[in-house]
Amino acid sequence: MTTQMTRASAPRTVTGKTSRPVRGTAADVGRPGFAWAVPATLFFALFAIAPLVMVAVLSFMNWNGLAEPEFVGLDNWKRVFDDPVMIQSIWLTLLLTFLGVALQTPLSILLGVWAAGKQRNRAVLSAIYFVPLLLSSTAVSVLWRALLDPNFGVPAQATWLFGDGNLFGAQSTAIGVLAFVSTWQFTPLHTLIYQGAARAIPEVLYQAAEIDGAGRFRQFFHITLPQLRNSIITSMILMVVGGLTTFETVLILTQGGPGTDTTISAYYMYQKAFKSFDFGAGAAIALVLVVAATIISLIVVRLSGYDKMRGTMEGMS
Amino acid sequence: MRRRPNYLAGAASLAWLFIVGLPLYVLLAATVQTRSDYSKGGPLSWPENFTLENFTGAFDEGFGQYYLNTVIVTVAVVGIVLLLVPPLAYAIVRSRSRVTSLVFRLFLLGLAIPAQAVIVPMFYLISEAGLYDNLIGVILPTAAFCLPVSALVLSGAMRDISPELFEAMAMDGATPRRMFFQLVLPLSRGGISTIVVFSALQAWNGFLFPLVLTQSDSTKVITLGLYNFQTEHGINIPGLLAAVVLSMVPVLLVYLFARRALVQGLMGVGGK
Repeated sequence: MTTQMTRASAPRTVTGKTSRPVRGTAADVGRPGFAWAVPATLFFALFAIAPLVMVAVLSFMNWNGLAEPEFVGLDNWKRVFDDPVMIQSIWLTLLLTFLGVALQTPLSILLGVWAAGKQRNRAVLSAIYFVPLLLSSTAVSVLWRALLDPNFGVPAQATWLFGDGNLFGAQSTAIGVLAFVSTWQFTPLHTLIYQGAARAIPEVLYQAAEIDGAGRFRQFFHITLPQLRNSIITSMILMVVGGLTTFETVLILTQGGPGTDTTISAYYMYQKAFKSFDFGAGAAIALVLVVAATIISLIVVRLSGYDKMRGTMEGMS
Repeated sequence: MRRRPNYLAGAASLAWLFIVGLPLYVLLAATVQTRSDYSKGGPLSWPENFTLENFTGAFDEGFGQYYLNTVIVTVAVVGIVLLLVPPLAYAIVRSRSRVTSLVFRLFLLGLAIPAQAVIVPMFYLISEAGLYDNLIGVILPTAAFCLPVSALVLSGAMRDISPELFEAMAMDGATPRRMFFQLVLPLSRGGISTIVVFSALQAWNGFLFPLVLTQSDSTKVITLGLYNFQTEHGINIPGLLAAVVLSMVPVLLVYLFARRALVQGLMGVGGK
């Protein structure tokens, strides 16, 4: 409150000195107007918000990509929700997202807390862990497709472990491959998040626990985990949004197969729109994805307090 | 304080080293052997006859052109982000206008819009604008989708600038424009390098927009080149993996010389 008062009085002395006409109230002197935000906002509105509105409109239209789109009411929506492949794709998307969170969260917390230690060998190992992040999703998928190739890959050499060697031939193993490859690709990112957060935990807390005679497990569950709470939220939300929008991995590793056994929603949308040229149905599926992602992001904004930040920072900035 | 070694985490970290290291070994070993050696020895073999033919082969497949296209897209996307985001973040942090707080909320919501969600209307928009199969048609949406994270990261960095500095400049009668160039930009260099690396990575690794918005060889970017290589010559694994290595070289260079900026750029929202 006091900062706000001093701020308000400071520019007022300036207004006396300036000869130029001043826009707005005295407190606005020296502060940029909303005009500074206009170019970015227009650009974003044109290439992100407008398409988002259009996807809603297109989901009520029939469009094959060439002729003019025509209004067909709820037709696309009826078709999409009567389509067993679509219903299955929702379940598959949720399953893969869940598997991603379930595999990556414990692993990355364990690795992140371990890597937060200051020993030299940990720094070297962390540098190697990091390498998967340097590859694009496309490169990761291409690499694993080559490694797991039924004829020229590792499974062909290690039949004692992989059976007939064709991991892409059955639904369970194909889903396993997708979950594993995502884990391989994204665990390093979440490890980094936890490493940073674990380093920020005050050493005093552990010293106090040590004095109280708390063992390593007690320390982990009563100090480390609660202190990592915010990072766990951030990291899980990134995992969920990433899981809902997985696309390249499926396109390159399994092509949604065998059959439609790994056809997740984002891939099905792509197929409907750009392979079957049924853009209306594609738009409807896309809208389902947007709604899911928006609900999650609203939760993010709530939980992380980003929306309140402006309010609390107002007096300080 | 001396603490007992943590065996569980140590074991997990060694297991993970194996899981990460093995594919990376295969990646490097396969690219320097001939196709016939690789087919004979399998992915885990040690390279007997060193060769670079897989790399030259990738360039024969048109990777030079794909590289050039990707560089153009990346530079342009970074340029757009640098032009648009600093003024936006400045307004978000310093403006008292109600409009800017609405704008901030808009960009927060924008964080949740996945590229997949808008790809159908984007195809319509870009085609109508006559930009289909044109690099500009890839650049514009890619840059737009970098804005929410960049705005969040940079406004976070600008919030850290001490209010006293603004007050001091206001005393001297500085205009918002002068404060922006003389105070805000120099003091938010860290945040700016983060958003540069973040948007460069988005552009360099981008796949969906190029996949849907381009078709010919002259507009192909590297990720699409990899995908095509895989569908057309999936059998030539050493060649394919050489292309994978080529695609990651620039990112590796950034990692070696600007590790901090890269890590923060990768983490985007998570890093804040």
